[in-house]
Amino acid sequence: MAEIVQEESHKGKGKKKVKKHGTHIDMTPMVDLACLLLTFFMLTTAFNKPKVMEIILPEKPKENEKPPELDKSRALNILLIDNDKVLWYNGLADPNKTLPDLQLANFSKEGIRKVLLQRNKELFLKVDKLKKDVIEGKLKIPRDSVEGRIKRLYKADKFGPIVLIKAADGVKYRNVVDIIDEMAITNVARYSLVDINPVEKKMVQSFKNSNPSVTAINKP
Amino acid sequence: MGKIKLAVKTPRIDMTPMVDLFFLLLVFFILTATFRPEEAAPIDTPTSTSQTPIPDNHLVTILISKDDKVFFNVDNGSDSTEHIRGKVLQAIGSNYKIKFTPKEVKKFEGLASFGVPATKLKDFLNAPDTKAREAMQSGIPIDSTDNQLMMWIRFARTYNNDLAFAIKGDGSANYPAVKKVIAVLQDNNVNKFNLTTDLKAVELPSDFINK
Repeated sequence: MAEIVQEESHKGKGKKKVKKHGTHIDMTPMVDLACLLLTFFMLTTAFNKPKVMEIILPEKPKENEKPPELDKSRALNILLIDNDKVLWYNGLADPNKTLPDLQLANFSKEGIRKVLLQRNKELFLKVDKLKKDVIEGKLKIPRDSVEGRIKRLYKADKFGPIVLIKAADGVKYRNVVDIIDEMAITNVARYSLVDINPVEKKMVQSFKNSNPSVTAINKP
Repeated sequence: MGKIKLAVKTPRIDMTPMVDLFFLLLVFFILTATFRPEEAAPIDTPTSTSQTPIPDNHLVTILISKDDKVFFNVDNGSDSTEHIRGKVLQAIGSNYKIKFTPKEVKKFEGLASFGVPATKLKDFLNAPDTKAREAMQSGIPIDSTDNQLMMWIRFARTYNNDLAFAIKGDGSANYPAVKKVIAVLQDNNVNKFNLTTDLKAVELPSDFINK
């Protein structure tokens, strides 16, 4: 690279050959600089780009428009409460009837995730099988059509739970992201973020009163 | 006895291959480098298993810090010649009757996320250094009486109509603050948006694996 050796092109003419030394350039400063810049760029490069979770909310209902009726037998209510805890119950809470019992769960893999998986077993296994087949090469379809297929499975689902996520006051944003992530992990096709209603607020309060250990700050 | 003197030669190492390699790596890193932008507040995003990468440009980011302050960021579009940030700033200026000098507009285009009320924008842009700027970041007002975030979103969409939206909230921010931001997005008919998260692995309960 830095060595320049000139060769005499006309040898025959009896000219006296002048022996030329190859010019050596000291490359050390250049190497130093290159090394420095290299280190700088390596350290400033952000390799792992942040990931995103896409959320599509239903459009705001217009006036005089009734929200769609919910199938009670499929409803699964998840109430997020403070201290990273989750309460859940099936069906709808009707103040005129006996209120459903709240069950306590947490965000570990044996917590709310197990509940959701048990409720959504059929669809979960279908989607999981599809994903595995694609990864193992049993099913040869382009990568970008996998998502479409999963969406079609979601749409065809008639028995899976409809999850209503309700966050009480004092819940951290992290918990909400976690619970939406649970939906993605367990392949729940239908879920929605809704406001907590007064009846449920009362249910949470009475649950806390009868189980004082829930709100005490002690992490397992 | 005559000793035989050996000429001591300093060994010369041919550095050419090393230099070649260095330059190759250097070029690679220069070309792939995306600088971490200076952010208005440190934000520790929650984790999720989602693997979708964040879009490179045409993105509005709404940051929510640990203490529930709201910050806003919009990029310049595909490249800086589109001057989208500048246009948005001037639109905000005319809405709040503030006139920005070309120098201030240029300064604004070079910045990233910010969280100052419109009335303080001029001071913010004329602040001498990063520290002074940081002290002024009190968050963008989103109360119903003075919903400036709404304005920023509206004007950003006016000048760039294929914007994606991302909410980058701190894990320990309170959910009501995030809910307010989501409500503002929905008021602007943005029903599809992203939540920025860090990656974590999926774990399943033991009886649901390999079935």
